[in-house]
Amino acid sequence: MIDPGLYNYWIVVVLMMAGFFIVISHGNLVKKIVGLNIFQTSVFILYISFGKVTDATAPILDEAYSEYSNPLPHVLILTAIVVGVATSALGLALIVRIREAYGTVEEDEIIAQDPDS
Amino acid sequence: MHLRNLFAVVMLSGIYSLLSAGIFVQLDAVDVAFTEAAVGAGITTILMLGTLALTTDTERPPVKRQWLPLAVVLTTGAALIYGTLDLPLLGDPSAPANLHVAPRYIEQSGQEIGVPNIVTSVLASYRGYDTLGEVTVIFTAGIGVMMLLGANRRRKRKKDQP
Repeated sequence: MIDPGLYNYWIVVVLMMAGFFIVISHGNLVKKIVGLNIFQTSVFILYISFGKVTDATAPILDEAYSEYSNPLPHVLILTAIVVGVATSALGLALIVRIREAYGTVEEDEIIAQDPDS
Repeated sequence: MHLRNLFAVVMLSGIYSLLSAGIFVQLDAVDVAFTEAAVGAGITTILMLGTLALTTDTERPPVKRQWLPLAVVLTTGAALIYGTLDLPLLGDPSAPANLHVAPRYIEQSGQEIGVPNIVTSVLASYRGYDTLGEVTVIFTAGIGVMMLLGANRRRKRKKDQP
């Protein structure tokens, strides 16, 4: 019998695969960035769910509580969220430049315009 | 996934981001939830809307049905689900991830750093170099965006004054 306590991982896998599908099946570059963001958030949820402890509270010290969730994944994901936005911004800037150079944001039209590839 | 209107796609991704912030609150990660709601749902959506304004907001309909990506995704997903079966259960206090440095942070950061929020003490003090690296990445990304969009503007100005 499979334990239901694993459902957090299955949610992560479903979200991750949804993002992955968007990235590899769509030719539109903006949609690819949205897919990457969904993929990224699924990894965030994976890490945060590693740090969750049953009956514990948020890791802010207080006299009334003694059990806290693991603060380390929270720190790592805080960094990852901000870095993720920075990389998204770079990707979107590249899309703007590609649109100015090729007049389209569809992958196959760009490849068709490039005789070398 | 079948939406052709990219404006709706961007709005839905913002809502998704906000919902994931709700999940983070539920998993005791309040700092992460703040950041996700502000940065993920806010700034990313604005950046995407800016991109749509500069490019186009409709997607061309696909040429053909794509079964290969679906097959790849389903296979990868099945392999990942199989891989999760050995992992520790949700909320297990004796999971390996919760045993290494986290107890030390929880027990001693109050005296060593003096900030009640453990996430803040770890971010700014114990793992300060990580945060410095993060700032470097953001700085590099900012320079990259400025070079990509600024170089183009300069070229346009040259074209205007022959």
